[in-house]
Amino acid sequence: MERRELLDASGALAPGIDPPLDAASTLGALELMLLSKLVDERAFSLQRQGRMGTYSAVRGQEASVVGSCLPLDPGTDWIVPQYRELPALLRHGLSIEGILSYWKGNSEAARIPEGVKVLPPQIGLAAQLPHAVGLAWGLKLQADPGVVMTFVGDGGSSEGDFHEALNLAGVRKAPVVFVLQNNGWAISTPRSKQSAAKSFAERGAGYGVPSVLVDGNDLFAVAQASAEAVARARAGEGPTLIETQTYRLGAHNTADDPSKYVDTDEKLSWEQLDPIPRVVSHLRAQGALTDEDLAGIEERNRNEVDRAIEALGAVRPPLPESLFDHVWSQPDVRLLRQREEILHTAAKGVQR
Amino acid sequence: MTVMTMIEAIRSTIREEMLRDEKVMVLGQDIGKLGGVFRATEGLQAEFGEERIVDMPLAEASIVGSAIGLSLAGMNPIAELQFMGFTHQAYHQIVPQLARFRYRSQGRFTTPVTIRAPFGGGVRAPELHSDAIEAQFTHVPGLQVVMPSTPAEAKGLLTTAVRGEDPVLFCEPLKGYRLVKGEVPEGEHTIPFGRLRVAREGRDVTLFAWSAAVQLAEKAAAALADEGISAQVVDLRTLVPLDVDGIREAVASTGRAVVVHEAPLTSGFGAEVVSTIQEEAFYSLEAPVLRVTAPDVPYPNIGIEETFLPAVDRVVAAARKAVSAR
Repeated sequence: MERRELLDASGALAPGIDPPLDAASTLGALELMLLSKLVDERAFSLQRQGRMGTYSAVRGQEASVVGSCLPLDPGTDWIVPQYRELPALLRHGLSIEGILSYWKGNSEAARIPEGVKVLPPQIGLAAQLPHAVGLAWGLKLQADPGVVMTFVGDGGSSEGDFHEALNLAGVRKAPVVFVLQNNGWAISTPRSKQSAAKSFAERGAGYGVPSVLVDGNDLFAVAQASAEAVARARAGEGPTLIETQTYRLGAHNTADDPSKYVDTDEKLSWEQLDPIPRVVSHLRAQGALTDEDLAGIEERNRNEVDRAIEALGAVRPPLPESLFDHVWSQPDVRLLRQREEILHTAAKGVQR
Repeated sequence: MTVMTMIEAIRSTIREEMLRDEKVMVLGQDIGKLGGVFRATEGLQAEFGEERIVDMPLAEASIVGSAIGLSLAGMNPIAELQFMGFTHQAYHQIVPQLARFRYRSQGRFTTPVTIRAPFGGGVRAPELHSDAIEAQFTHVPGLQVVMPSTPAEAKGLLTTAVRGEDPVLFCEPLKGYRLVKGEVPEGEHTIPFGRLRVAREGRDVTLFAWSAAVQLAEKAAAALADEGISAQVVDLRTLVPLDVDGIREAVASTGRAVVVHEAPLTSGFGAEVVSTIQEEAFYSLEAPVLRVTAPDVPYPNIGIEETFLPAVDRVVAAARKAVSAR
């Protein structure tokens, strides 16, 4: 399968190609990519300071995530995430402190605000995909114009749910876009040990799902493929599988040690393909980005992340009684008694 | 009142709920033209169309997984799994996904999915079809486990399941589908979850059961009556939520208890009932609480299933033992 490439590593457009995003949209996307990178850096240090739990960085995959979500309308469309899609979720209406609250262990503060069309992060890999298909199918049944975008990785695509979900999406012609971020790694398991298929995108054919393979570090290629897929879904033409070939430049998460398994040369070669500098180069060449503009973006992002981290620090820790909330619409007598006993003990001070 | 079989009661309940609420839909294998392998949806596709009675690909995880998504979109799906023994193929969608959606989203999202799954032995079905694995699903906060025993119970409990906000595993006794007939109330009939039913009054010993084991316990109670032993039969109806107060009251009234179920002994739900009895009603007890269950072997092939399944005589013997203990 041919790979779609529009913007090369130097920031040059393929000959005869009109950019799929105008300068203003590209600038907006760049700002979001840089914001994501900054959140990654700050979240890593928060985790190292013991102020946050495990965190999975987006670093290296910014074009893949941001390019995918650009055609979505947060007012009508849904995102069904895995857990490495931070900038798409920010664009869709979540806050940095809301997302980080989840990793800090505070579900109450991480609650998806009413009206924001995003499902909670998914830890059971690929389990979100049948949800996305059902959600898209349900929107279609109710003549809702919404489209669902869901994310999975190269590793997650080995799960049965991936195959069942693609199959069902094809049968029901569900308005869903599957973004398979092939970042080369499932923790330490390389892509070569994940599948003998030449690409993950070609699997779509087996389910009657149109698919496309793109350079996942190329914002324009991803955005264009995603716009086509979202338009198809919106027009009632059904699902699309997009494989974005990218690379996880950081660790799987803050508990991981990639030095044990990542080949340094391979990583260096992917660093040359970093998705961010090529957008900067392209915009500079167009005269659409000056040093002052870039400094302005970086300052805005710094202020935003400072504000978010301050807000995160001010979040009230979950109250003990919240442990028992939201299991049921109405707790049963058993749970109420457990609540009473545990809270009564907790009120006297718990000896650990 | 109309006399119906269990399967007729289930079918008419699904139909009534689909007429009441256009968001109610059924997903399953072979449920369209065939009407389901047990005909629970017979005629319903012709009436409601292919968009509401949906023949699904043969993949249990995506039946449950897409039902979750449909419910998030505002639909009210009933997912039919052909046999409870096939819930294993959907286990990862039922347990960590369906049951936890409300909790992990802090109430932002609810997933009002009803999973219907027939189970139970004595119908000469192939391997895996008969397994009684309800206990596995009672260890899952957020999932209600409902075990109707008669056609009227099926109607009342299924109506409550479909109308409720919380997910339900609705376990239907295969043996009772056509064998058990009974009067079913017409029109509106709901039964609240977490309230047991005294299926037969008695003074000397309480037989706790659910699903098809209720009929077994009733037969045992009839046999015991001939010996002059008055056995109370309690149908738990729902394992989650469990009627803790009802269990205490029942044991307090007789002082002796036997728990009967079709699943193997170890970690069967009987263990939970016995433990609840000793916590709630220890000082009412006149005798150790006994269990009559299948042995700790896998569900066998049909040539020997009658030996595997709990028999009336074993229930009678256990009740006698409980009554004679001092």
